[in-house]
Amino acid sequence: MKIAVMVKQVADTAAKIQVLPDGSGMDYSGVQLVLNPYDEYAVEEAIKLKEASGGEVVIFNLGPDSADEALKTALAMGGDRAVVLRDPELGQADASVRAEILAAMIAREEFDIVFCGKQSVDSDTHQVGPAVAQKLGMPAATFITSFALDGSNATVSREAEGVTETLEIGLPALFTCTKGLNEPRYPSLPGIMQAARKPKEVLSLADLGLTPAAKVKVHGLSSPPPRAEGRMLAGETNEKVSELVRLLRDEAHAV
Amino acid sequence: MANIWVYMETGPAGLTKPSLEVLGEAKRQAGGGQVTALLLGKGLDEAAAQAGRGGADKVLVADDDRFEPFNLEAQVHALLPALQTSGADFLFMPVSTHGRELSSRLAMALNSGLAVDVTALENKDGALHFTRPIFAGKALETVTLEGAPAIATLRPNLFQAMDEDASASAAVEPLGSEAPGDLRTAVKEAVAAALDKVPLQEAKVIVAGGRGMKGAGEFKILEDLAEVLGAAVAASRAAVDAGWREHSDQVGQTGKTVSPVLYIACGISGAIQHLAGMSSSRYIVAVNKDPEAPIFKVADYGIEGDLFEVVPMLTDEFKKVLA
Repeated sequence: MKIAVMVKQVADTAAKIQVLPDGSGMDYSGVQLVLNPYDEYAVEEAIKLKEASGGEVVIFNLGPDSADEALKTALAMGGDRAVVLRDPELGQADASVRAEILAAMIAREEFDIVFCGKQSVDSDTHQVGPAVAQKLGMPAATFITSFALDGSNATVSREAEGVTETLEIGLPALFTCTKGLNEPRYPSLPGIMQAARKPKEVLSLADLGLTPAAKVKVHGLSSPPPRAEGRMLAGETNEKVSELVRLLRDEAHAV
Repeated sequence: MANIWVYMETGPAGLTKPSLEVLGEAKRQAGGGQVTALLLGKGLDEAAAQAGRGGADKVLVADDDRFEPFNLEAQVHALLPALQTSGADFLFMPVSTHGRELSSRLAMALNSGLAVDVTALENKDGALHFTRPIFAGKALETVTLEGAPAIATLRPNLFQAMDEDASASAAVEPLGSEAPGDLRTAVKEAVAAALDKVPLQEAKVIVAGGRGMKGAGEFKILEDLAEVLGAAVAASRAAVDAGWREHSDQVGQTGKTVSPVLYIACGISGAIQHLAGMSSSRYIVAVNKDPEAPIFKVADYGIEGDLFEVVPMLTDEFKKVLA
């Protein structure tokens, strides 16, 4: 079983990241960068599968040089080798550009399964996984919370609005992973030591013969409007409660 | 003027509310252009008529067993040729799990731009500008899209559905797709959730619990309050990580981003990643023992107190006034 895992480096969700004053981007200064939390489930599922039935886990990453840190986490968890494309601009390119490049990187070899997180917690598009599947001509299932292999078929479950689905998909196929699928392991000390020595292939756009064109033009970023100062309700508990109900009904018309 | 196609979803009660909201916004943005509703599923006569009353000029229907339950491969196969020859400027869709994977595949196949989770639209000099949250709402980006049709998915609760016009009717035509080849995806089972369970992102009122709930069983008091308000119950990451609630209930940067009319946060301190997921709610109420909890900084109304005392009182009080 040959498994590809796409990973991205993102700002830690606990970071107080803000828009740059000129609206041209986000201010990453002092922000800790980590492996995208949902990608941890993708890496874990790939490694579990390899441990159960053998094979190889190849980590794919597109981003600036600093993304090697996130890559190292994925390799330390148990990925066998990495294929990367290093470009400071493309890491934040629109999702269709990133998907086109990642698909071309993956298409150089034949994989049975592609895993990735259901979304990256920076651009939040949920787009790259299914778009890569489209480009590779693979069926896909998103937001999976269980995965079982049966020969050349995978059975997965996932929750959509108002319905819980069980899907059976013929491999090769792509799956986007979410919380609940597994418990991602922490990299072990030997794992971390080995990660630095694992093979890493560095590709360029020229290697892939690609000149991807952006489909989305960003006109600027802004901060969400600040919320107006709220009020703390005073009095005994029962007084606070009836005042709250009155305000929600008569002032806010929220109920 | 723009021609806009609208992908609509159906539920047990016909067209979903988010779908009707998207249709209403398409009608407003079309500026006299044609609005075409797309319906794929089984038994769609009433839904097609409803789309006509809700603002569609034309309804394209694919009424076939292979579209019910939702099968991504079958949908892409049916929609792609129609979209390629549609002459439409945009395809609008509601944000949903199915809509996300469908829009991503279609955009890639059409070589078109895609903006997901759109919260505002503006026509500037004839070009539609889409605003959407990134970093779960820590920032907003405004974009324009290349390609035709370009695709946008719109968030629930933010756009207005049209008032139903009982006299309006739209021309209903078959979508006219060919039968797909061998599908490699089979939907083995699709189990509908309880009918009274409101999907979190569509809920107008959300009652959420955090670490202060102390246990899974204690969420009963939030469910009681939610029942009185017709609300959905949500949880913070701390409550989900403790195993008290399912991850599908989680609000925050590693869960869902919601924008209800009213969000009642109980025993939630207000970590940055949680605030990111809910601070676009219209009204926020916080109940917390700690007066210094950051949640009070975003709350419109705050109650410092023991939630185990406050919440049941709140339920009783709402019962009285809403009876």
